[in-house]
Amino acid sequence: MPPRDSIAARNDEDLLESHSARNGPRGTLARGLAMLRNVWRRLTSMRTALILLFLLALASLPGALLPQWATNRAKTAQYILDHPDWGPWLNRLGFFNVFSAPWFAAVYLLLFISLVGCLTPRSWELLRQIRTGPPATAPRNLSRLPHHATVTTTGDATAAGQQVADRLRHTGVGGWRTATRTEPDGAVVVAAEKGYLRDVGNLIFHFSLVGLLLSVAVGGMFGYEGTVLVTEGDGFCASSPIAYDDFRPGPLVNPTTMTPFCVDVDAFHAAYTPQGQATTFRADIRFQAGADLGTDTWQRRTLEVNDPLRFSGDRLYLLGHGYTPTFRISYPDGQVRDYAQPFAPEDSMFTSQGAIKVTDPPGYSQADLRKNQLAIVGIFAPTAVVRGGIMSSGFPSLLSPGVAVDVYRGDLGMASGIPQSVFAIDTAQVANGSLVKKAHANLSPGQSVTLDDGTKITFTGAKQFVSLQTSYDPAQDWALISVIFLIAGLMASLLIKRRRVWYRIRAQSTSTGPTGGLEIEVGGLARTDQAGYGREFASLVALASSKQASPAGDRPATAVKGA
Amino acid sequence: MTMADVESITVVWQLASRISDLTFEGALAGYVTALACHAVEFASRRGTSTANATVGAPADSVAAGGAVALLTREGDDPAGGADDTDDRSAAARPGWGERFGRAAVLVAGIGFTMNVLSLITRGMAAHRAPWGNMYEIVSLICAVAAGAWLVAVNRTKVRRIGLFVMFPIAVLSFVGGTVLYTPAGGLVPALQSYWLVIHVLAVAISSGMLMLSGVASAMYIVRTRHDRRRGSGADPRSVLDRLPAPDILDKVAYRTAIVAFPLFTFAVVAGALWAEAAWGRYWGWDPKETTALVTWILYAGYLHARATSGWRGRPAAWISILGFASIMFNLFVVNMVVSGLHSYAGLN
Repeated sequence: MPPRDSIAARNDEDLLESHSARNGPRGTLARGLAMLRNVWRRLTSMRTALILLFLLALASLPGALLPQWATNRAKTAQYILDHPDWGPWLNRLGFFNVFSAPWFAAVYLLLFISLVGCLTPRSWELLRQIRTGPPATAPRNLSRLPHHATVTTTGDATAAGQQVADRLRHTGVGGWRTATRTEPDGAVVVAAEKGYLRDVGNLIFHFSLVGLLLSVAVGGMFGYEGTVLVTEGDGFCASSPIAYDDFRPGPLVNPTTMTPFCVDVDAFHAAYTPQGQATTFRADIRFQAGADLGTDTWQRRTLEVNDPLRFSGDRLYLLGHGYTPTFRISYPDGQVRDYAQPFAPEDSMFTSQGAIKVTDPPGYSQADLRKNQLAIVGIFAPTAVVRGGIMSSGFPSLLSPGVAVDVYRGDLGMASGIPQSVFAIDTAQVANGSLVKKAHANLSPGQSVTLDDGTKITFTGAKQFVSLQTSYDPAQDWALISVIFLIAGLMASLLIKRRRVWYRIRAQSTSTGPTGGLEIEVGGLARTDQAGYGREFASLVALASSKQASPAGDRPATAVKGA
Repeated sequence: MTMADVESITVVWQLASRISDLTFEGALAGYVTALACHAVEFASRRGTSTANATVGAPADSVAAGGAVALLTREGDDPAGGADDTDDRSAAARPGWGERFGRAAVLVAGIGFTMNVLSLITRGMAAHRAPWGNMYEIVSLICAVAAGAWLVAVNRTKVRRIGLFVMFPIAVLSFVGGTVLYTPAGGLVPALQSYWLVIHVLAVAISSGMLMLSGVASAMYIVRTRHDRRRGSGADPRSVLDRLPAPDILDKVAYRTAIVAFPLFTFAVVAGALWAEAAWGRYWGWDPKETTALVTWILYAGYLHARATSGWRGRPAAWISILGFASIMFNLFVVNMVVSGLHSYAGLN
């Protein structure tokens, strides 16, 4: 078993012992300090870091296995309903919000404290090593090292040592750091080490991890996401969170400093295979920001999936699409109004579900208004197929659109202030009789249904809508930089080998005096991975045995006595 | 372009698709045959004595003569417990285990070539990078694992774990060719990105390599447990003695992992960059992302454990096995059972 690199292996146990031996009990303060120091050493030890690492993996698992509030609200709520025994408990313990749960934060904060606590002293140590090079001492018995050889040659020990050191410094990428010393018995020792970049890479890797964590934290604090559905021909201006259907800000977002911009969606194009699989999505938009705002200057652009619009820190994405059925309602008082509302796609063929809510039908007094609100609720299909009385869509594009709708009249219950889904009515209002179903109809474009009071509802067709998202993350470039350093550091720390080699050069002598011969002992130690050191060591031995004057490859007669 | 041109191009595409399917079947056959040969090698007592390297043309006729006799012998004793007389004659020429072992590597090489051919023709048939659905990804992982195995077997004396390496490859390519099979076709817009080429390729290559690493670690566990038991007086003639030495297995696991881990890291990063372009954020705790993080943590833990006293050896090997288990979990369970944004399985 070769001795391990004390740095890479973090043999903290030895460290702990040597320090605690010095800490004699000298009063409560000293004891308290010693205890703190012990806790700190425990925390920054490799073992603790490993355990924290596995705790982090374990703590992440529920985030992958259970539905999460942050990624899927509907599914999470359903899960809790489906599991009344443990669902609410898991919810209380943060299992549906793992990545913002305090216990998750505790694990990664402890891990990163441990990391920094371990890395800082190691950085100083590495800096010192790089500055000073290897210590000019050699193990007393080189033949005990995993790699060793003895060669004999002729010449002067000091000159030979100088030559070995020179050659080492110019060998391989980056070369070796060397130190030379003459031992009391006259033997010349050349100590050499290479592969410092391995530890530099190791430190860069770990510090990049800290940088990445900080970037993620800053992004989470100051970043925001907003989504909005925009039907063809419409647009929206994002200057405040109100412009969005759904706005998810970080806790430190200042809504007054959001970048204002306006977007008009001119058209949306989708193409499908005969099986109904999408082949392309494309939205033609017009866009203005900065000085153009309020003027009539627009930039035309095509927005595609995987190809967002990037401007001054914000990004605008095309996330999805669907259909907005349009209706025309002729009221009993003779007024005619047009309505359009995006319906939510339910399957890959765009069978969509939704509701058009008319909160202010014309021709009623304020008192009667709440009794005569209208809702058109049901299914829209771009290619309507009715099977067994149920309408669904047979193809995702607008071939033969149809709707299957229920028409309700009464109080929609919007005045209560409880937010409602835009895709559905409040069924409680139906249950308590405030909202009454007046008609059911399957309609093709142009067809209509007339209610008992003469209200005529005509299905006029459908437009497409796009789901747009604005994202802002001020630290995302820092995350990218961190991660580039992380990979570079990781590769250096795994692929660069740290090696040591010692040469002990002794003038041979007999009882009658020096013979003029030199005995060179070579010992090699792979401080990290043994792989491939055998062959490299052979060349290191050869480097010692070849004579100064002779060109490379022409070796003098030397005896190599290997291990 | 005339109608005739269009037709001839379509014919070429269909031909490529057909060739792809056939070569995939060939690859599967190759892997299964290699598996069988390794099984014979593993069960055979002869040739276990270290590398009877006396190979030569003159021995061929003798070997051919001996083949019949030996095959009947093995048929008589399927448990592989051939008696001592076999061992004595083994010294003269490569034993049956040795021969089957070499044949296994050769057949695995053929399977690997067919697998690569299958991927290339698939790419031609679908005119895109051939890793756009589960079938193609599994096929790619198998090719990488087989390739990594061929490299490892040529560099180190690990051929005797061939049975255990070929087993997951054969199972995976069987599942790929049956349950997961999808005809060559286009991609949904969400996958039409150059990031697909980069991200999925990096994931598949690192997964394939880590499969080899995981098998080597599992064999390390088996071998060290066996060594312990033997120390306490178990049967010294167990087949498990034929596994490579623990340090060789550890080396194979580690060297594969240190190449695959940075690549896996890059794959996760490339995925994050793609997510930034497609979903508006580079990390959103999607089940796939979370499981990838768990995998990453496990392999980071493995590399650290290997350098920590008290964690070297078996604990580290267990972590490596867990790491590979989480890769397979992410590939199959997260794609098919857990609902998330990565629903590209193409199975519904």
